[in-house]
Amino acid sequence: MNQLGRYFKENIRQNGMVMALILIMVLFQVLTHGILFRPMNVNNLVLQNAYVLILATGMLLCILTGNIDLSVGSVVAFVGAIASVMMVDWGISVGVTIFAALLIGVAVGAFHGYFIAYWRIPAFIVTLAGMLIWRGLTMVILKGQTKSPFAKSFQAIAAGYLPGREVRIGEYNIVALVFGLVLSLILIFMVLRSRKNKGKYGFEVLPLWIEGIKIVFLILVVNLLTFSLAKYNGIPIMLLLLIFLISLYTFITQRTIFGRHIYALGGNEKAAKLSGVKTKRVMFLVYTNMGMLAALAGLVVAGRLNAATPKAGNMFELDAIASCFIGGASASGGIGTIIGAIVGGLVMGVLNNGMSIMGVSVDWQQAIKGLVLLGAVFFDVVTKSRNQGN
Amino acid sequence: MARTILEMRQITKDFSGVKALDAVDLTIVDDEIHALVGENGAGKSTLMNVLSGVYPHGTYKGDILLEGKECTFRDIKDSERLGIVIIHQELALIPFLSIAENIFLGNEQSSGGIIDWNSTARRAGELLKKVGLEENPNTLIGDIGVGKQQLVEIAKALSKDVKLLILDEPTAALNDEESDNLLDLLIDLKAHGVTCILISHKLNEVEKVSDQITIIRDGKVIETLVKGKSDFHEDRIIQSMVGREITDRWPERQHKIGEEVFRVEDWNVYHPQHEDRKVINDASFTIRKGEVVGFAGLMGAGRTEIAMSLFGRSYGQKHSGNIFKDGKEIQLHNVSQAVDNGIAYVSEDRKNYGLILIQDIKNNVSLANLKKVSRNGIINTNEEILQTDSYRKRLSVRCRGLQQTVQTLSGGNQQKVVLSKWLMAEPDILLLDEPTRGIDVGAKYEIYTIINKLALEGKAVLMISSEMPELLGMCDRIYVVNSGEIAGVLDRSEASQESIMKIIMTHQKELRKE
Repeated sequence: MNQLGRYFKENIRQNGMVMALILIMVLFQVLTHGILFRPMNVNNLVLQNAYVLILATGMLLCILTGNIDLSVGSVVAFVGAIASVMMVDWGISVGVTIFAALLIGVAVGAFHGYFIAYWRIPAFIVTLAGMLIWRGLTMVILKGQTKSPFAKSFQAIAAGYLPGREVRIGEYNIVALVFGLVLSLILIFMVLRSRKNKGKYGFEVLPLWIEGIKIVFLILVVNLLTFSLAKYNGIPIMLLLLIFLISLYTFITQRTIFGRHIYALGGNEKAAKLSGVKTKRVMFLVYTNMGMLAALAGLVVAGRLNAATPKAGNMFELDAIASCFIGGASASGGIGTIIGAIVGGLVMGVLNNGMSIMGVSVDWQQAIKGLVLLGAVFFDVVTKSRNQGN
Repeated sequence: MARTILEMRQITKDFSGVKALDAVDLTIVDDEIHALVGENGAGKSTLMNVLSGVYPHGTYKGDILLEGKECTFRDIKDSERLGIVIIHQELALIPFLSIAENIFLGNEQSSGGIIDWNSTARRAGELLKKVGLEENPNTLIGDIGVGKQQLVEIAKALSKDVKLLILDEPTAALNDEESDNLLDLLIDLKAHGVTCILISHKLNEVEKVSDQITIIRDGKVIETLVKGKSDFHEDRIIQSMVGREITDRWPERQHKIGEEVFRVEDWNVYHPQHEDRKVINDASFTIRKGEVVGFAGLMGAGRTEIAMSLFGRSYGQKHSGNIFKDGKEIQLHNVSQAVDNGIAYVSEDRKNYGLILIQDIKNNVSLANLKKVSRNGIINTNEEILQTDSYRKRLSVRCRGLQQTVQTLSGGNQQKVVLSKWLMAEPDILLLDEPTRGIDVGAKYEIYTIINKLALEGKAVLMISSEMPELLGMCDRIYVVNSGEIAGVLDRSEASQESIMKIIMTHQKELRKE
């Protein structure tokens, strides 16, 4: 039991956030009389929050460098607008449009990154300018109007499901169940491989039973999710995309030289530079990447609404930023994880969804989300100062 | 007989079970300079924080009596009201405000919340005269040097009617001349009724100006030496500080000097902002394999600028000159090129330029050579742990483990982490800028031992230091740098404090003639 206690203590921030998320989920499950975890609503939770999670992934990298990106909401609208013009007005195919849209996102991000990294104009100012520029251009492109509809295949990215929806055992979709099983196996395989590698180096590993509890918990969560989705329409394509992005960016931040350089840059730019980190290039790439992910979010939002509107993506940047901070990122840079940002995004998402079901008005929802953001960061600061006091 | 101004009785302070101070008694008499010495982490700063109210009454055990009256400070304001002012090592001045504004910061000359600028300027002028600083009170703090800033801090303290002035390492960032100035001022203040507590690592200064020296080790007072009564010598102080006799302050070293590895010819560097101003003028020097070469010179002579500009142009934009390694000319346009060419630069300012304080030891050590533990840009974390741990052990960094964040390490151990980082980069040439600044005697000895070992392994070492005895004890050759030029070079046999100073003086005279 002692070991378990130590493990929890060492990972208090991460575990604290996960427990807060579970608490909020349970709270709303009770308050909404069980509606929150109904299969259809679980499905909605995934689809509704996909854009925040995508944006939070990119935003975390910006926040790690000690900056933020205020332009992402406008970029979401801008890319959606261009995609709609390409598909609706010019009749260009879905594949080409998606590719072009992502390229435009890269260009927009590179444009911000160029001024931030190479001219050292504060990111706050550059992306504030971007926020106005891209929103303005969206209005120009759409002439203030909504453009629709899109091809079915385009909508499928944001609102489609894996094939084989009709293959069911009882009320459960088999594809979803298999998906959960495969995911569980991958998780087990990864844990075992990591233990084996550590063993090869003769390092201390967590006692098997703690690792066991951890893995059982994860598998439980994964399969609860897939079971629930199996009862509805199966696995949304969006979920697949999200899992891919989260794994990819977790890998980049935790296991690659580039990721380490981002943390170093955010922790102490001068020291990083004097250690051979090409700080300007890292900064440039982080913002370029943000542009690309904002474009992806733009496509997802347009696909889900089946329309491009001038108001799309309004205030998305603030949701993404809030997710990162709720998830334990530090505003001064160098601290934060992708998983944290995702958990933060889910906290916000469950709050939104739960309160909507309960019929809380939008005005109140906003105020409550603000309080949660402040509360999470306050909790962070208090635990940190208490640790230092010791 | 002198009157007792302050008595601290049986002060005990612990941090979650660890005793930082253990029943410390300290008595300060009126009109003296009382030095407080001890290794880093011995408890000097904790004691002064207790005295000045940083740790409020109730968080420690024991009594503080100021002029016989018991004091229970809740915060710094309380202690300042009674005339106890502390000047910290890191100056608390605001660069964008003027000298006068800084002096009266938090204590503005005002009536009804409106600042009286005339009285501010007049009183600031008076205070500056007292501390012997000839500057216009309206000059911005950022435009004057560190030495003068230190004087402004003292003027600020005087503005609060200080009775007991505590100075934490006041001369750490000053050159010899500025230090002398400051120490003279302290003696002068003493004559005017200001008692001083001086915390310093520079024992020669302590020996020169103090009336009493209290030595602290492991949270306990070891002894208090009184001028004229006790053995007041540097060696004696060191012995009490470290608890053992250090016979050699510089470890023995085998000299195995080989071929020339690094040669710099006619190196010119221009100021980063004012591109027509030459900061370094035609500097040429060489380092051989296994050699420790020193750069001596006054603060601001340009030693750091030479080293940093060579290290991938980390200083300045415009450069000219040639760099050779093993006889072949090399180009160093950025830091990674320098690292790839086997050059390492350990900065004089480890907190700002050397370490990522919020990260752990492992990430700091591997940062300059992640390539070594990765393939195709993907880090093998286990290999990284293995490698960084081997450097941690080799330099005996004292820590709880690789996962400890470096901000919680002592200065000496932080410096070892920086050295580990650069050793992992596997350099042939090490540029060490003030490698022992702000670390205690014991850790210094360890750093010297490491440097000697590196030289013996055949590395070429350049050592920049403001402590001349250190250069004399460590180096095979010493280049004397002055006003951005290499003014001369001395062999180990001919080098002495006098010969170095003589070169500087002659060079300065020549410059003046031109």
